[in-house]
Amino acid sequence: MSNATATADSDAGVMTLANLANFPEGRKVFSCMQCGTCAATCPYGDEMGFPPRAIITMLEAGLIEEVFASPGLLNCVTCYACMAKCPRGIKLTEVLLPLVKEQVFTRLKEVPAELQKALENTMRYGNPMGESPRKRALWAKSSPVPVPVISEIKRPVDVLWFVECYPAYHPRGNDANRATAKLFKALGIDFAILGNEEKCAGECARLVGETGLFDMLTDSNVKLLRKYQFKRIVTGGAHAYDAFKRKYPAAGFDFEVHHSTPFFAQHLARIKPKLTKKLDYTVTYHDACALGRHNGFYDEPRALLAAIPGVKLVEMTHSGVNSICCGGGGGGMWLDTYYAAKGYERLSERRVKEALDTGANALAVSCPYEVSRFEDALKVVGGDKRMVVRDVVELLAEAMED
Amino acid sequence: MDILVLMKVVPDVVEELEVGSDGKSLDTGFLRTILNERDDHALEQALLLKDKHGGKVTLLTLDAPDIDDVLFTALAKGADRAVKICGAGSVSSTQMAARLFGETIAKTPGLLPVDLVLTGVSAIDDLDGLLAAPIAQKLGWPYAGVVTQATLADKTATVVKEFAGGVRGEYDVPTPAVLGIQAAEKPPRYVPVAKVRAAMKSQTIESVDAPAVEAAAGVEVQQMAKPRVTGHAEMLEGSADEVADKLCELLAKRGLL
Repeated sequence: MSNATATADSDAGVMTLANLANFPEGRKVFSCMQCGTCAATCPYGDEMGFPPRAIITMLEAGLIEEVFASPGLLNCVTCYACMAKCPRGIKLTEVLLPLVKEQVFTRLKEVPAELQKALENTMRYGNPMGESPRKRALWAKSSPVPVPVISEIKRPVDVLWFVECYPAYHPRGNDANRATAKLFKALGIDFAILGNEEKCAGECARLVGETGLFDMLTDSNVKLLRKYQFKRIVTGGAHAYDAFKRKYPAAGFDFEVHHSTPFFAQHLARIKPKLTKKLDYTVTYHDACALGRHNGFYDEPRALLAAIPGVKLVEMTHSGVNSICCGGGGGGMWLDTYYAAKGYERLSERRVKEALDTGANALAVSCPYEVSRFEDALKVVGGDKRMVVRDVVELLAEAMED
Repeated sequence: MDILVLMKVVPDVVEELEVGSDGKSLDTGFLRTILNERDDHALEQALLLKDKHGGKVTLLTLDAPDIDDVLFTALAKGADRAVKICGAGSVSSTQMAARLFGETIAKTPGLLPVDLVLTGVSAIDDLDGLLAAPIAQKLGWPYAGVVTQATLADKTATVVKEFAGGVRGEYDVPTPAVLGIQAAEKPPRYVPVAKVRAAMKSQTIESVDAPAVEAAAGVEVQQMAKPRVTGHAEMLEGSADEVADKLCELLAKRGLL
């Protein structure tokens, strides 16, 4: 199984850089007119060495090995900005970049230490932190709302909640989990989690170029999900949602899947009357790449936030399709030290500076990577006394009476 | 320049260890094993030497659950041959492991000659580092332990040994020799999963029967227990002023103010 899956021409086999032209999406790559919009919109465009248009030139010139040999593509945080802006509609982040990054990753002389540890941990323990898989569901003990584990209740449920790694292990992710459980209960939704059996969805391993690890995790999770009966999957992991929707189907995943933010937005009419506590927040919302640019969920989080009494919504200079990545995608979550050593500005710091400029006192997010990234970045830029970071679900739960 | 790397697995402490019902050993119910970290460094040092000088790197291990994954990963990283010693059961003492390795190296056709035998200088279940030296004695070769650098020239290995307080000593060791590796010159390399899977398809792991060795007269475990909690930190609660008052009171009570 490979990174890019055939979307048409099903007898053409697996898409590679060598046979791109056999696939409609691949052929489109060669329609590039070298306008440079991709490089200009790339958050690390200055550092990329080979931005997408240069990759295409090198590919056409038969010099792609030079691109593979350069570590520049490690700076790609797969934020989908180049793809969203390409006037030719080339699926750069979906088709071209994963194929190139896989080759770059395989040829890296040294994998940056932090990233290597995260990948080895994910391989061995099913989470990048290197925590015990037997503690994956430990957070649920601290939830005031009971959180059933599907293997223990032994019956079908409506919603199977795929928790993901940062929510399962990071203390701030645990906060968002407790809020999510509270919302499920308030809506009367019959839900359960996979508990300790769940493993990382693996999307960031795929997008940094470690596709073998992604395939392994995909197989393991699909096999696990097949054991249980449920109507749909809801996950708070923006990258997990993206992988389930777009990549897992190639491995036999055929379940209905929702990200929790748009899922709760669907139930807004029933949530709104329960939002009775007034919150004194001016909120600016950060569009997560995987939810916004890649899946078009721009209005749903804002509708939820606008429904909270007392909340005033303001927008950053770059929002919606122009949102700037937190820097955590495509393996960036474990490359902060590497980027810092190279003297790059951390994207999370660039982002919180913009958030502070709005005058807001709360930064709302929908991706589990962002809470810790932005809280750390606020401390670095000296803004942590002026602004808090909250997952949208945390703000909703806060506005509900217990 | 050919190198033999001895590797073994140890309990993974990411999983909380529990004492078994016999009170003398680990509960194996949830126990997972992992490659001894220093053996991983020994492998890396061998691969670095191979990158520099060429030659073959052969892996020798004691059979254990999941050992094939460890060996295929090492083959994918660049080792040339993998051999596991089967039929020895669960080897719980380092002395026994040293005898099994020593006998196997000496008796198995095709494992020798090599220029170096590398292995981790210690392990979490062998903090005294009792594995490598008896093997060197069995082979009649010199031994250097706590090695953090090694270079090879004709019939001589130049090694850096680490001592307490940041002191290092450089030694010339005539080869063949056994080295106990504390750390490789670089952190162990990453190998993509796809390469490990390719190694699983294209390479094989050889097995040799465990040689008959005399039971080692070693240390017998009498009792195994978790550390007992004997004290705890006291958190001072309240406003800054209240905490300051409590702190002053505590210090005064202990005669420090």
